[in-house]
Amino acid sequence: MSASFARVDAPALFRYVLRLGDLALVLGQRLGEWVGHSPALEEDLGLANIALDMIGQARLLLTYAGEVEGQGRGEDDIAFLRGHGEYLNAVLAEQPNGDFGQTIVRQVLIDAFQLELYQRMTASTDERLAAIAAKSVKEVRYHLRYSSGWLVRLGDGTDESHRRVQAAVDALWPYTVELFAEDELDRAMADQGVAPRLADVKAAWDHRLDEILAEATLKRPPHRPHAWHGKRGQHSEHLGYILAEMQYLQRTHPGARW
Amino acid sequence: MSAVFTGGVPTPAPAPAPTSAPNFTPADPRVTTAWQALAAVEDPEIPAVSVIDLGLIRFIKPRHDGTLEVGLSPTYVGCPATEVIRRSVEIALRGAGVGEFVVTNVLSPAWSSDWITAEGRRKLEIYGIVPPEQSASLRELMRVNRPVGCPRCRSTDTECISEFGSTPCKALHRCRACLEPFEYFKCI
Repeated sequence: MSASFARVDAPALFRYVLRLGDLALVLGQRLGEWVGHSPALEEDLGLANIALDMIGQARLLLTYAGEVEGQGRGEDDIAFLRGHGEYLNAVLAEQPNGDFGQTIVRQVLIDAFQLELYQRMTASTDERLAAIAAKSVKEVRYHLRYSSGWLVRLGDGTDESHRRVQAAVDALWPYTVELFAEDELDRAMADQGVAPRLADVKAAWDHRLDEILAEATLKRPPHRPHAWHGKRGQHSEHLGYILAEMQYLQRTHPGARW
Repeated sequence: MSAVFTGGVPTPAPAPAPTSAPNFTPADPRVTTAWQALAAVEDPEIPAVSVIDLGLIRFIKPRHDGTLEVGLSPTYVGCPATEVIRRSVEIALRGAGVGEFVVTNVLSPAWSSDWITAEGRRKLEIYGIVPPEQSASLRELMRVNRPVGCPRCRSTDTECISEFGSTPCKALHRCRACLEPFEYFKCI
C-alpha cells in the first residue's frame, strides 16, 4: 500500500478524497436516471457509459478514502451508509437532470473541471491519487468530447434548442463557482502537492469553456457570488432524494450482498 | 462492489505493449504456466480476444514470500466486465495449479489501447471490431474525426453514430457504402 498519506494529515486527505469521489458518485447516480428515458438509444448508451465511468471513479476514490481513514470502512460503507451532511460533493453534481440539454450543460461544466483537475493531479505527490487521475483523465476526454459535441449541436441548432441550453447555462453557471472556491482544505492539499491549485484549474477551465461556448454560439453568464458549500456538507434539497433512492437497499437490508 | 487493492502502484511497465509474455522469468516455471493459462482467458464482451491480447495482464512474477503475483488492469474504471475478467483469471490460475497467487489491480501506468497486441488487433478485426488507432493525442481525441474503415467492405465512407457503444471500450459506427453498422475499439 502506498505510504504516501503518512506525510499528509490523514483526516484532511480523507475529506479531500471524498470531495472527488462524491462528485463522481452523485453525478453517476444522476446520469443513471436517464437509462431508458434518453431521447435516442445512442444517447441512452452514451449517458449510461459516462455514468458507469463515474461510478468506477467513485469506487477507486471511496476505497482509497476508506484506507486513508483507517477505520475499516470499505467503498460500500462510505457510499451507502453516510448521511446527507457527510457527502462532500459540490452541489452542481446533484442538480436535477432537467431536459437533455440541461443534463448536457451540467456534464460539460463538470467534464471540463475533471479534465483540467485530473490532468494536473497526475503529478500529485500522492501516488494513489496520481494513478487514479491518470486512469480517469483518459476517460474524461471522451466524456467531454461527447458532452461538448452535443452542446455545440444544441446551441448552434434550432432557435428552440439554443434557447433551452442557454437557459440551462444561465441556471447552472452560478454552481460552478463552488468548484473553484478554494478553502483551507483545498489550500492544504495544494501546499502539499497532493492536488493542483484551483486557480490554475480555473484558468484552464475558463479557456476551455470560452472555446466551447463560442462554438455553440452561447453566451457566458456574468460572474456572480455563490452561497453553496456542498464541499463542506451543506447541500441543496436534491441530494437527499438521490441518497434515498441510492441507499434504500443497503439501509433496508444492512449488509445485503449478491 | 469488491475491488480489492492488494498492492499500491507497481513499478512502471515498459511503455509499448509486449507482444508476448513481459517480465518473463524463465527461472520460475509457474510464470510460464500462468502465462499459458491466461492465454485462454477471454474477454466476456469480446470472446475472440484473450486478456493477454488486450494487454490487460501487466506482469506475472513471484513475490518475496513466494506467492505468484499477477498484475491486472481494467480497460475502463467502470467496465462491468472487469469483475468477470478478474474471476476468470483467478479460475484459470487455480486450474493451472500455480499454487498461491494474488491478482493485483494495476492502475498506473493507466492501460492504453496501444497495448493491444498485434495478434489482438488481428483477432478484433476478424471479429468485426475495428482495432483502435495508435496513440491519439488529446487534441486529436477532442477535435478530429478521422475516417474509420469499414471492417466488411473496407470503405472509408463511414460515420460515427455514437461515441459510446455496447461496451465502454467501443464506439458505434456505420458504413455509408454497405450500410452495415460496426464497432470501433476506442483509442484510449
